[in-house]
Amino acid sequence: MPQSSDRLKESASQTAGPYVHIGLMPNFSGIAGVFGTDLGAIMVDEKTRGERIDVKMRVFDGADQPLTDALVEIWQADADGFYNSPSEPRAVADPNFTGWGRLATDMTTGECVFRTIKPGRVPFGDGRLMAPHITVWIVARGINIGLHTRMYFGDETTANTEDPVLAMIEDRTRVPTLIAPRDGDIYTFDIHLQGEHETVFLDI
Amino acid sequence: MKTEASGLSNRKPETEAFFPRDRDWHPPAFAPGYKSSVLRSPRKALLSLDGTLSEITGPVFGHDILGELDDDLIRNFARPGESAVGPRIIVHGRVLDERGKGVPGALLEFWQANAGGRYRHKREGYVAALDPNFGGCGRTVTGADGSYSFRTIRPGPYPWPNGPNDWRPAHIHFSIFGHGFAQRLITQMYFEGDPLIWKCPIVRTIPDKAAIERLIAGLDMEATIPMDACAYKFDIVLRGRQSSLFENRLEGN
Repeated sequence: MPQSSDRLKESASQTAGPYVHIGLMPNFSGIAGVFGTDLGAIMVDEKTRGERIDVKMRVFDGADQPLTDALVEIWQADADGFYNSPSEPRAVADPNFTGWGRLATDMTTGECVFRTIKPGRVPFGDGRLMAPHITVWIVARGINIGLHTRMYFGDETTANTEDPVLAMIEDRTRVPTLIAPRDGDIYTFDIHLQGEHETVFLDI
Repeated sequence: MKTEASGLSNRKPETEAFFPRDRDWHPPAFAPGYKSSVLRSPRKALLSLDGTLSEITGPVFGHDILGELDDDLIRNFARPGESAVGPRIIVHGRVLDERGKGVPGALLEFWQANAGGRYRHKREGYVAALDPNFGGCGRTVTGADGSYSFRTIRPGPYPWPNGPNDWRPAHIHFSIFGHGFAQRLITQMYFEGDPLIWKCPIVRTIPDKAAIERLIAGLDMEATIPMDACAYKFDIVLRGRQSSLFENRLEGN
């Protein structure tokens, strides 16, 4: 036997279950008075730089039904392409933008709407610019490990064509699953967990 | 590692990519013994991506978001002078990364059923009664060495519509933020000695017995407060950063 790695193993994931809202959005689930507000519900204020947009998301299962018990988190750069994180090595991001949002899908319609700004471009590892995008993480009953994906913007055709991550998708017919069409100030991102229109999910 | 005079950290923030996830250790998306995973599992391969800035970075929350009772589920929903019913426990441990280093400033959020196995949620229909003094949610942020603790009541087991007679073991759900969005993790903590653990289809989505054992908190008599609360110890491991081999160098990699 060769020597073993002395690394610890990551704690194994488990589903967030149907009552994820109790812990992560208690006010949404009807538990008032424990936390003042649900963390992640507000991303921008009047001083945030950048173009205000709404991002409307739904998550569909393999039978094309929207999940009404999912929880979606997003993470994105500010208008200049900087992340509001201590691990951002390049510059200090807009202090009036959290970059992180968290919402539950509506218990009837399955929809959630993030009020945010359009992010700037961020470089890939080799210095090429990625197209503007939002990192998306989904948990729910029936999902054993959180699913990562990205939303790109339908009106960024040129940047999307140059994007190094979209370029890695071997089956080119699947690229549009990551691109949200724009209508006015609203982008609509429909995520399909399974089936003909299955969204590209990432191992990151 | 704050210096008193400047208030500035002298520990450089880590900015490297994370070790890849071992997806044979985690549960697979499609695990038909847990029936709702059948329609909610991607069937195509994941697209593997070396960490970019979008995943290496992540939100970090300060202690200033915490209220006084956020880490005390016995009292944070209770009427003044009252407290939740059930066995009083302390859950404590450390958040570490795969290199064994404590993760400071990690936000932990937790939620659970009450002592009878009843969740405070509008979709919950179990006949066991709600406890008017128990909400079931709490949160805390780890200290400089990655340690955390909170006080709660031990949750009860809970029946659920999967197989005809499936019961969840007593468990507490945990959500953890490290320092990068790629570290984002949700898991469940189980209790030492619970015979329901090994029958549970959700536990059994995890293929490796050793991985399951690491989700079982041990009874910790040393941290137990006599005549007050039993303690359970639960360490959580997040992904580590790839700079580990060079971390003793003064600066730069």
